[in-house]
Amino acid sequence: MSDTVAGPLTAESIAGAAYIVAALLFILSLAGLSKHEKAKAGVIYGIAGMIIALAATIWLTLQDAWGTTHALTGLGLLVAAVLVGGAIGLWRARVVEMTGMPELIALLHSFVGLAAVLVGWNGHLEAPALTGALNDIHHAEVFIGVFIGAVTFTGSIVAFLKLSARMKSSPLMLPGKNAINLCALAAFVALTVWYVNDSQLWLLVVVTVLALGLGWHLVASIGGGDMPVVVSMLNSYSGWAAAAAGFLLNNDLLIITGALVGSSGAYLSYIMCKAMNRSFVSVIAGGFGIAAPTTADADHGEHREITAEATAEMLTNASTVVITPGYGMAVAQAQYPVAELAHQLRERGVDVRFGIHPVAGRLPGHMNVLLAEAKVPYDIVLEMDEINDDLDGTSVVLVIGANDTVNPAAAEDPGSPIAGMPVLRVWEADNVVVFKRSMAAGYAGVQNPLFFRDNSQMLFGDAKQRVEDILKAF
Amino acid sequence: MTRIGIVAELGHETRVAATPTTVRQLLGLGYEVVVEKGAGESSSFRDDDYASAGALIVGADEAWGSDVVLRINPPTEDEIGRLAEGATLIGTLSPGLRPELVEALAARPITALALDAVPRISRAQSMDVLSSMANIAGYRAVIEAAHEFGRFFTGQVTAAGKVPPAKVLVAGAGVAGLAAIGAASSLGAIVRATDPRPEVADQVKSIGGTYLKVEVEEEMKSSDGYAKATSEAYNRRAAEIYTEQAREVDIIITTALIPGRPAPKLLTAEDVALMKSGSVIVDMAAGQGGNVEGSVAGERVVTDNGVVILGYTDLPARLPAQASQLYGTNLLNLLKLLTPEKDGMLSIDFDDVVQRSVTVVRDGEKTWPPPRVQVSAAPAAQTVAATSQGGKVEKKAGISAAGKAALIAAGIAVLFGINTVAPAPLPQHFTVLMLSVVVGFYVIGKVHHALHTPLMSVTNAISGIIVVGALLQVTSENPVMQVLAAVAVLLASINIFGGFAVTRRMLAMFSRGNKARA
Repeated sequence: MSDTVAGPLTAESIAGAAYIVAALLFILSLAGLSKHEKAKAGVIYGIAGMIIALAATIWLTLQDAWGTTHALTGLGLLVAAVLVGGAIGLWRARVVEMTGMPELIALLHSFVGLAAVLVGWNGHLEAPALTGALNDIHHAEVFIGVFIGAVTFTGSIVAFLKLSARMKSSPLMLPGKNAINLCALAAFVALTVWYVNDSQLWLLVVVTVLALGLGWHLVASIGGGDMPVVVSMLNSYSGWAAAAAGFLLNNDLLIITGALVGSSGAYLSYIMCKAMNRSFVSVIAGGFGIAAPTTADADHGEHREITAEATAEMLTNASTVVITPGYGMAVAQAQYPVAELAHQLRERGVDVRFGIHPVAGRLPGHMNVLLAEAKVPYDIVLEMDEINDDLDGTSVVLVIGANDTVNPAAAEDPGSPIAGMPVLRVWEADNVVVFKRSMAAGYAGVQNPLFFRDNSQMLFGDAKQRVEDILKAF
Repeated sequence: MTRIGIVAELGHETRVAATPTTVRQLLGLGYEVVVEKGAGESSSFRDDDYASAGALIVGADEAWGSDVVLRINPPTEDEIGRLAEGATLIGTLSPGLRPELVEALAARPITALALDAVPRISRAQSMDVLSSMANIAGYRAVIEAAHEFGRFFTGQVTAAGKVPPAKVLVAGAGVAGLAAIGAASSLGAIVRATDPRPEVADQVKSIGGTYLKVEVEEEMKSSDGYAKATSEAYNRRAAEIYTEQAREVDIIITTALIPGRPAPKLLTAEDVALMKSGSVIVDMAAGQGGNVEGSVAGERVVTDNGVVILGYTDLPARLPAQASQLYGTNLLNLLKLLTPEKDGMLSIDFDDVVQRSVTVVRDGEKTWPPPRVQVSAAPAAQTVAATSQGGKVEKKAGISAAGKAALIAAGIAVLFGINTVAPAPLPQHFTVLMLSVVVGFYVIGKVHHALHTPLMSVTNAISGIIVVGALLQVTSENPVMQVLAAVAVLLASINIFGGFAVTRRMLAMFSRGNKARA
């Protein structure tokens, strides 16, 4: 039926126009998320953009193939797939615990990766009538798209497994792991050249397997503590996979959107890396905490314990309290009692604020989401840079399930593996109470001298239980 | 059940070791409490108040015969004899200055705890009676000085002329010194302070004083929280400062004490002679030998040039009710530590540094002096570490800056190369890609940190746009392609729906303070 439309107004031109609108809406969507006030509008923009893009594409597809049997089958498949996929997506979104957010997002990344692989394979099977250089480019695009998609897929799967503790979070240490990665990349380049000259299906199979293996290895060799970087890096990859598909299909919307997502992920990774004072490459190359800690055996002295009752008393007498949560709060599901604690203290006239380290948790902004879930007003939840100068002079700091992000060794011990990493300077406060399950070291495997400072006291046990004890003691 | 006895003090002492408030809390620890008749009289706590708090009012002998005896001042020989066998005496014993008292205590089968010997660590601060009393004394010193001083502290401009503010010098910015600085500056005086420890400068400033630094080469590092004796060069320069200040200021309050040693002489008779007539000096160290030449412990002295030197040693006792309450709370906190089960059973754990430090005599055995406790948390190495670390960071940045430039140049060259040779649609695609990357960077660069997770899930949903690719292929004639495309659509749909839904769910949770509790 496409030939029934006369003049310059073709299905393609309408779709093209719709794509530009959709792309603009996506940009507005991301821009909207930069502020709390505009964030909800941002999501609406995103949804609107997506609806426009999908409607235009479906219409375009049907225009091209209307009336044929395979088009009807395709339509049936399409509807079924969207319904099933949409239902699964909505269901997961509804039931996911906010503490399980990192896993969900990692898993969602893997879907984009797998979809990109499938689109790439179809690109091979489609074999459009192209000649000369364009055909070569098409082949290269198929190859690159499949490669990025497959790396994203397995990388995300591994990240998901590590985040959901189905896989050990310690980094996998294969001998010569950097060589393995570099060889895989070199093999990819060689295979691409080969495939461009002679597009055999088996080459595509080989590159898929290669990329799957590379993605797996890449993320498996990164420790659990670096997962915020990995998740945002995979976010970036999934964007590039979409952009590669856009090149393959001559689709500008895919390129624009892919690039937006790709650069957003890259930027977030950059922020995370800066927060840990490490280069992106060193995180990707994997293995945090492998450098032998020079001061591991140093005598830190004795730590002191405190009871929940004494903590409660200290808190009621405090004028300012800063709570610095970490992944431990998420694990213990302590965000609700912590929020209640903050609320009760605020009612008593105590100035309570939260200090969030950029890499606290397993996802950028993870702590913010948890605290928001527990109805902590976001204007008392501050970033590290906003709160660090106020910590000197704070009466009590509660460190709940955080370790490396409050480690004074990062600032004071140049021999420490985390030296130079910006941390919350909680030790400058008058009193520090550390909620911790045991004296074990954090993800970085570094002992924390904070625990042995004169102004710190340890409150051992499950964070949730202990915070509830404090609430009872009020 | 263990019985605690609150005994009366001797002589001019107005304080008492427990108030009705702390008696109630002592009972809460599981103890029985008896109070000697009239013990709280001079601090305005009547026997009735104690009785209604739950204590038994008894005679002196019975109070002294208790299992645990609480006291403020050290006991006399006689009083030591009145203690029961196996009893525990808790009070300020100055064991470092009075070895003969320690011997006398050790001669009896008793346990003696010196509240003034708690180490200066944060945990023990709640029991640090020297701090709590010094705080009161510092305040009272200013009040005494104001009483003697024939003028305003604060400056005023009145119809009858201008009144200049008083100038106060506080020597030693310990607890007492800081309290004095705070009290004097809140009365409106111009306050200056000296201290051999330069790290107190900020504390002095924070309560309204000006810190006078003694400029000499070396620095004092305090490892046990107290000031130490100073060096020769320092002393010479400090003496000059005191001489300069004596000419200028109206009131001098000296608080310099070195534990276990006589107080350092800060002001000479010549310095005092330089002061204006009507000036006041409060020598808070008069009891330990005095910081000022010519001060007499416990006495008010007027010099030939009309300067009043107060050597009162009972400054805390001049605020008896408050001092008793704080002292009583210090005692209570020590007893809390000694009664971990709250069962009225006193136990001393020598593994605990606080309990070890306060114990002077244990079951008739002398345990003084205790092992030293290091409390300072500011190692000198810190500055070295900071500088070397700075160097390292700089070096790293330098390398990466050069590398970055090279990478950017290489990237631009590659892009240029590809676009010069690439056929038709490719350069356009690259244009779109590059512009989108730049737009993406700028848009996302402003994202609030707290919104990173929602941002990630929304970009995740948007990256489900790959569905467009699959959609274009789903109507293919090749059934394999159709199936693959359908699977891709399914996967991408999960992303789109899931991503947007979860983002909305998250954003709905973020709320501002005023609305949050509505």
